[in-house]
Amino acid sequence: MTDHAQSSFVYVTYVKTSPDRLWEALIDPDFVAQYWLGNRPEADWRLGGSWKLLFPDGRIADQGEIVAFEPAKRLGIRWRNEWKPEFNAEGYSVCMMELEPVGDGVKLSVTHSIERADSQFIAAVSGGWPKILSNLKSLIETGTVVLPNKP
Amino acid sequence: MPTDDDIFRALADPSRRRLLDRLHLADGQSLGDLCAGLAMTRQAVAKHLATLEAANLVVAVRQGREKHHFINRVPINEIAERWIGKFDQPRLSALSALKRNLEGEEND
Repeated sequence: MTDHAQSSFVYVTYVKTSPDRLWEALIDPDFVAQYWLGNRPEADWRLGGSWKLLFPDGRIADQGEIVAFEPAKRLGIRWRNEWKPEFNAEGYSVCMMELEPVGDGVKLSVTHSIERADSQFIAAVSGGWPKILSNLKSLIETGTVVLPNKP
Repeated sequence: MPTDDDIFRALADPSRRRLLDRLHLADGQSLGDLCAGLAMTRQAVAKHLATLEAANLVVAVRQGREKHHFINRVPINEIAERWIGKFDQPRLSALSALKRNLEGEEND
């Protein structure tokens, strides 16, 4: 119900970490695989670079290109689903991840939108994003708790 | 940063839960859209939305002249995972992999 010809969802989480560290968590493929339900990005991390998200078995889940790349601030991906024909047929969506320092942490906002009304793809990812972002938050924050307890 | 108390206090009010239900049905509504058909004043709705925003349960995005309100499912997922998550083995193994990863790093 945003615009007549757009579907979008917004997700926000606050993570107790620094913008630099959170940025690393967004682009380090091994780290991403730990919170992104096993999926792993394969990307040329620069503006205009290619981007892919691979299933654990190596098949391509999604692909596209990087449309915003401002380290520790903004990462934008032009993103198309590749594994489900109905989603693929909807074409490209845009996923924008924005980092903003707040207090002793960082506000991470993810906006995923597509230029069409009632997108099935955007509705489908709305189930996945909260899990991915909760995982990311807990991985980073628990990590900072785990370290001092090193035996 | 919003605390757990902010989230649970925001959810404790039936009018605010009703606003979340309406956003769950149709996301991205303006204040005007949300007021339609509710027996609440515009000021009351605005105040409840501000509380929901402060708790990170609603995110307001300015698009042109209007502010659109989105239900943010991340804190709600965290509430669920708080008591369900321990049964989620893949996450536990992810955490131990992270621990190994971090503890292997000397300079951070």
